Amino acid sequence: MTMFTNRNGLSRRTLLKGAASTALVASASTLGAPMVWAQNIKDVTIRQFGTGVSNLNEVATKVKEDLGFTLEMTALDTDSVTQRAATQPNSFDIADIEYFICKKVWAAGNLQAMDTTKLTNYDKIVGIFRDGKLTPESTIAQGTAPHTVGFTSGQNGTDFVNEESGWMTLIPTIYNADTLGIRPDLIGRPISKWSELLNPEFKGKASILDISSIGIMDMAMVVESMGEYTYPDKGNMTREEIDMTLGIFTEAKKNGQFRAFWKSFDESVNLMASGEVVIQSMWSPAITAVKSQGVPCVYQPLEEGYRSWGGGLGISAALSGLELEAAYEYINWYLSGWVGGFLMRQGYYSAVPETSKAFMSADEWGYWFEGKEAEGDITSPFGDKLAGTGDTRDGGSFEDRMGAVACWNSVMDENQYMVRKWNEFIAA
Amino acid sequence: MPPEGARPSLPLLTGSPMNKLRENNALKGWMMLSPLALVLLAFLVTPIIMITVVSFWRATEFSIIPAFVWENYDFLFGSPVTYTVFFNTFKYALITWAATFVIGFTVAYYLAFHIRTQTWQIALFLLCTIPFWTSNIIRMISWIPFLGRNGIANSALISWGVIDEPVEWLLFSDFAVILAFVHLYTLFMVVPIFNTMMRIDRSLIEAARDAGANGIQILWNVILPLTKPGIMIGTIFVVTLVMGDFITVRFMSGSQSANVGRLISNDIALLQYPSASATAIVLLLTVLIVIGILLRFVDIRKEL
Repeated sequence: MTMFTNRNGLSRRTLLKGAASTALVASASTLGAPMVWAQNIKDVTIRQFGTGVSNLNEVATKVKEDLGFTLEMTALDTDSVTQRAATQPNSFDIADIEYFICKKVWAAGNLQAMDTTKLTNYDKIVGIFRDGKLTPESTIAQGTAPHTVGFTSGQNGTDFVNEESGWMTLIPTIYNADTLGIRPDLIGRPISKWSELLNPEFKGKASILDISSIGIMDMAMVVESMGEYTYPDKGNMTREEIDMTLGIFTEAKKNGQFRAFWKSFDESVNLMASGEVVIQSMWSPAITAVKSQGVPCVYQPLEEGYRSWGGGLGISAALSGLELEAAYEYINWYLSGWVGGFLMRQGYYSAVPETSKAFMSADEWGYWFEGKEAEGDITSPFGDKLAGTGDTRDGGSFEDRMGAVACWNSVMDENQYMVRKWNEFIAA
Repeated sequence: MPPEGARPSLPLLTGSPMNKLRENNALKGWMMLSPLALVLLAFLVTPIIMITVVSFWRATEFSIIPAFVWENYDFLFGSPVTYTVFFNTFKYALITWAATFVIGFTVAYYLAFHIRTQTWQIALFLLCTIPFWTSNIIRMISWIPFLGRNGIANSALISWGVIDEPVEWLLFSDFAVILAFVHLYTLFMVVPIFNTMMRIDRSLIEAARDAGANGIQILWNVILPLTKPGIMIGTIFVVTLVMGDFITVRFMSGSQSANVGRLISNDIALLQYPSASATAIVLLLTVLIVIGILLRFVDIRKEL
C-alpha cells in the first residue's frame, strides 16, 4: 500500500531529476556522447524571456524541431526585462538580455556563468564580444562595451573580468548599430548629423525613446554633435554632465521639439509610418516594419557614428542537471547558424556570422553583411519585401557599420541619479 | 453525541451557553461582517501597510533594502517636478470632472425627465453603455488615428476648408488626454445621477410648477439639490479614476505629460519600488483628503 502511494507520488520533476543524474553518469562514462539522454530531453521545457527583438515564435518552433524540447518565450519591454532578471530569478531558465542589463543584474547572483569550453563555436565569436576589438586595429567605443561585462572570474563569480576567463556571463547572440531613422520623403534633404534631432526645422516632428539607459546615449550623441560639450566618457557621465544633457533636452521639449516619446518598438513604427514624426531614435526592425508598409524610411548613417547594443543569453542560477544540459544544447544550437541567419535577414548581426552564412543566400549575405548591391529582391524571413535589385543596405557593410560605433548602451555609476533626472525630464 | 451548534433550534438546548452567545447581537454583527472584513484586511489593508513600510526602504538599481529612511519622501518633496506633476493631476481631474459633469447631468436629465416610457429609458440607457463592451485601452487608442496629424479629424477639417494646415494640438497634448478621460469616464457620472433623478418624487416638480417656477428655476432649486448625492458619487468615481490613471496619460500625451500615476509607473519600471511606494502613499493621502472635502458638501449616507 505504502509503496503504491509512493510510486504515484513521484512527480514528473523527480523523474526528470532521476533521469538527469543517470544521464549525466552515462554521458560521463561514455565520453563525448551527450546525446545519450536525447529521449529524456523531449520532456524538458526551457522558459526564456527577453525583449521582443529576438523572442520570436519561429525560434521556438525550430527548437522543437531540431532539439526536441520545448522553449517557452515571453517578450517584454526593456525595463520589464531588467526588473524580471533582477527580482524574479525563479520565473525563467534563460534570460535573453542586453549587456547593459547584465551589468545591472549580474551582481544580484540570479544568473550563472557559462563554461566556454562547452561552447562549440566559441572560437568563431566575433572579437567585439571577446577582447572588444572588431579588428586588431579598432578602438573600443565608450559605454558598456559587451566584453567589459562578458566575462566573470569563475562559475560562481559575481564580478567582471577583462580577459577571456573561460566563464561567460552572457553568450552573445545579437547586436546592431543604431542610429536615427528618418522619413526622406517628408524631410527632402540629406541628414548627416545627430544634431538634426534638435533642429528647430523639425519642431513637433521629432521623437526620442523613453528608455533612460538608451535614451541618454542618444542624447549624448546629439549634444556632442551640436558642439555643446565633449564627454570624457558618454557611457559614464558625472552628475553635472547628466544635468547638462537633460537640461538641453528639457528645454527642447518645452519648446515643443518632440511630438511624442516612445517606449515600445511598435509605438516607434506607428509614429513614423503615420507621419507624426519625421526624425527619431529608432531600432532597425522598426525601420523594416515601416518600409514593409510601403512607407519610405531610412536608417540614416551619421557622421558621429552609431550607438550600438548587444544582447545575449544568460542561464538562471537555479538551473541544474538535465535542464542545464538542455540550456547548453540550446545555446550551442543558437550559435550554430540558423537563428543567426534568421536574425541577420532582419538586419541584426549574429555573434558568429560565419555559421549564419550557410543559412543565407549569397545575395542575402552580400546585401546584409557585405553591404553589396542586392541582385534580386531581398525579403524578410516573414516574406515582406525589404529591398529591390540594386539597393544597398543603409550604412554599408558589417565592418563599416560596426566599425563606426561611437558608444554602447550603458549603465553609469550615477545610474540612479540619471534615472531620477530622466523621470523628471519625462514629467517636465 | 452531535455537536451543539449543529442543532440550534432544539428547545432542550435553550439556556445553554452556546445559545446565549447566539443571542448576543454584537457578536452576530461581527460574525456577519467578518467575511468582508477579512477580505478587506487581506487584500486592502495589508497591501497598504506593506506599501507604507516599503516607502521607508532604500533601493539600489536591482534590489530593495529594508531600512527606515526618509530619503524617498525627501526626494519627492524636494523636487519641483513633484509639484508640477501633482498640479497636472489636479488639473486633469478638475477639467475632466467639469466636462463629465455637464455631459453626464445633461444625458441623465434627458433620460429621466424627457423620455416618458420606461422601455425607451432602458433602451437608451443601454445604448450609453455600448462603448463599454470593448476594453478601455482600445477605446482610448482608437482616438490616436482619428486625431493624428494626417488623421480623420484633420483631413475632414481641411477638406471642409476650416483649416489650411493640420492642427497639431489634437493629438499628444493635454487636450487629447482630457478628451480620452471624458470619453472613458462620462458613464460613471451618468449612472449615479440618472439613478438619483429617477427617485425624485415627480409631485415635487408639479408643486414647483404650480407655485410658478419656470423650467430653469425648477432645475436649479428642485432637481439639482435633490440630485446632489448622485453627483457626489459620480464625482468620487471620476476624480479617483482620473487621479489614479497612468496609461491614458502616457498614450494620449505621447509620453510627454505626466501625472502622479505615471511617476509611480516609471519608478516601478526602473525598480525604484521604495520611491514608487512613497509617491503612492502621498497620492493615496491626497485622494483621501479630496474625498474627505467632497463628503463635507453632501452627506451621502443621509441622502441615499
